[in-house]
Amino acid sequence: MTPGGYAGKWLDVDLTKDKIKEVEYSDKVLEQYFGGRGLAAKVLWDKVGDKYPELDPLDPKSPLMVYTGPMTGIYPGSRICVSGKSPVSMGTVGSTAATEFANEIKEAGYDGVTFTGKADKPVYLLITDDGAELRDAGHLWGLNGEKTLIKLNKEVTAELTKRKPNVGLWKDPGMIYIGPAGENIVRNAAVITKLCHAAGYGGYGALMGSKNLKAVVAKGRGSLPKVDAPESAKLLWRKTHQILIGRSQFRREGTGYAGYSVGAETSSEPIRNWQEEWHDEKSYAGPMFEHRYWVKKKWADFNCTTNCMKISCIKTGKWKGDITDMPDYELQAYCGTNFGIYDPEANIHLATLADKLGHSGINGPNTAGYAVELHQRGILKDSDFGFKPKWGDPETFDRILHMMAYREKIGDVLAEGTYRAALKIAEMKGLKPEETLKYAVHVKGIEIGAHGTRSDVDYTHDISYAASVQGGDHTSVAVDGYSDMSGSVFTDSAVFCNFTYYGVPQSLVFDFAKAITGFPITLESWRTVTGPRIVTLQKAFLMMGGPDLEWEPVKDDDNPPRFYEPLPSGPYKGKTTDRELVNTKLQTYFETLGWDERGIPTKETLKKLDLGFLEKSMSKLR
Amino acid sequence: MRIFLFITIRQICIYFWWKTLVKPIWIARDPSLCSGCRRCELACSIHHEGWMWPEASRVRVFMPFPGVEVPHLCSQCMDYPCVSACPVDALSVDPDYGAVIVDREKCTSCGDCITACPGTVPFLHPGDNKATICDLCGGEPKCVEVCIEAGYNALTIVNEEPNIHRKLYSRNPVDTARDLAVKMFGEKGEEVIE
Repeated sequence: MTPGGYAGKWLDVDLTKDKIKEVEYSDKVLEQYFGGRGLAAKVLWDKVGDKYPELDPLDPKSPLMVYTGPMTGIYPGSRICVSGKSPVSMGTVGSTAATEFANEIKEAGYDGVTFTGKADKPVYLLITDDGAELRDAGHLWGLNGEKTLIKLNKEVTAELTKRKPNVGLWKDPGMIYIGPAGENIVRNAAVITKLCHAAGYGGYGALMGSKNLKAVVAKGRGSLPKVDAPESAKLLWRKTHQILIGRSQFRREGTGYAGYSVGAETSSEPIRNWQEEWHDEKSYAGPMFEHRYWVKKKWADFNCTTNCMKISCIKTGKWKGDITDMPDYELQAYCGTNFGIYDPEANIHLATLADKLGHSGINGPNTAGYAVELHQRGILKDSDFGFKPKWGDPETFDRILHMMAYREKIGDVLAEGTYRAALKIAEMKGLKPEETLKYAVHVKGIEIGAHGTRSDVDYTHDISYAASVQGGDHTSVAVDGYSDMSGSVFTDSAVFCNFTYYGVPQSLVFDFAKAITGFPITLESWRTVTGPRIVTLQKAFLMMGGPDLEWEPVKDDDNPPRFYEPLPSGPYKGKTTDRELVNTKLQTYFETLGWDERGIPTKETLKKLDLGFLEKSMSKLR
Repeated sequence: MRIFLFITIRQICIYFWWKTLVKPIWIARDPSLCSGCRRCELACSIHHEGWMWPEASRVRVFMPFPGVEVPHLCSQCMDYPCVSACPVDALSVDPDYGAVIVDREKCTSCGDCITACPGTVPFLHPGDNKATICDLCGGEPKCVEVCIEAGYNALTIVNEEPNIHRKLYSRNPVDTARDLAVKMFGEKGEEVIE
């Protein structure tokens, strides 16, 4: 019998052969890897194994996973997890986005989809209670995110109504899709959903594009999967919501007030590609967004009462009709202060544009800001851009984001992501790699989220990114190898939102997990066994890397050079990341997880975590 | 004879006493306040189906464009076109609260109630394929309870006698969404729902 919380079936789609089959995973695999991020890593290993270093993530053979977890839809805050071999880090990332696609696929009777191969023409996958089918997406290819969503929603609803006209009105399907950036295989492109939500880290939009897969659409009419202890689950559901409803400030403001406060209070906001992290620009404060642009102040995804999202709309002027969420803090920073922009309207426009083009609103703009700093330093010239780029100028960044998505001029190089672009530009300009890498703010190829480490007063510190198996991902930072194992490693595998997790006692959440699945799991078991198992497998992938990029143990387990420059301004002027502390804590982190001093999992650890299959690959690295 | 009279008078008294307790209710709805959390669907289906089943919920939230969410549920029209359209008398009106009650034994899944409804509100249940309509949970709607608990107040209870306006709320949710989109986004709202 399928454990609670799972529909019990996953789709395996071979895009080359247009073949779709249903697969199941054993209870043991589900208990050990749960779903989402964890299960995707395990399935990737099962499909690729020791040949992992030879696999080009953008090759048709490279699998792309779109998975839910056992708690998806049932625990507040429904999300989907996208994973596979990342074309930026060459490891794996459990990249999640809030969307009704996640509960719809479960209601259709599936827990997820694994794609392999490459379609000979653009397609989308439609999943319903009657199974799944690949449909032509020729008419959608080239469309921006907003147009794709509008057309696909209408088309699929009409199709479902045609198939079953007598059942009444069909509610809208859920969907994930890519924009032009994904289609043109911009390495750090996102998988987008709901206009402005994205699974950004990892570059899985590029994977979809490389497979000619424009979208995945799901509509189910079944119930959410049955659970092991329904009465407990229902009680816990009410209780969890009561706690979330009590978080009044976060519900009111979301992260939409942080574009000012993270700069002004904690000095950890990217400004002009992290040249500074402090500002006191009151023009950029929360109320300036809220009073003029927020047209919906409580916007939530399926089964969420945190409603941290607020919808912004520009109703006048040249950007009239731009719609996005708040923008949230990350995009206020990356599509605002990081460009030297402190104008809410320009920020809303650029965030809308990033989503429409299918960029990850963190990673793409990180690369764009990086390019403008290289121009400031005289490394890139006006001729590389075809115009004179300027900090604080919305038009500059509008153009660069377009150039990246369509791979025009320098945009073609920038479309490789910040790290690879740095190497290419060094080569183009006859420079040593260090000369361009010193301005590149990434860890393991993943551009860093908008929380710096230098002031040391934000939630991100010394080894937050340096030790993380997901590099610069601010949603999955390393702490001590113990407490972080029940953080996003868990939420990305159970697949629900971090913002419906923080603030709820973890013991309650693990009781909920147990009530759903029936697995004998506890907070402690996740911190010492299940979490470390998933992270160790991810670490192994990251260390194996390949085929054209390998990370050097310890040396690359580090912050970018910029994070060791002293902060040039603000109340924390002069402070910087403590390198000695990084080195010490890194070793402690490795030790806690049972990895050797170079961060390579030991034989004993692999045995303890039932990861013996990794021994052959790891012994080569030791 | 005296006993019979006593029982009759008692019954009449009980009826009037009950009528003083039962107040008419209606679920007032404001889509502009709907967060799109769909907890109404979950609470409704937990109450009626025993588990989370959004597609079987008697209130369904439509979202033809992100941010434009429209809760769609029965308006209890004064003339009940669905009830009169039913060819097998499977639909009746609850005397206390005015909700439409479906006799699932009698329902033949013909769909006449769906077409008769000005807002196409009824639907065939994804499980037993029978007509499914809000029954107001016997006077304590669960959807309203959770919506108010979360402070959204998109669905609220009003104690008002039936009136002719209610039927006008029974609209195709995509039409409502088109209006709401313009209210939210101005001119752009005209473009976002095809």
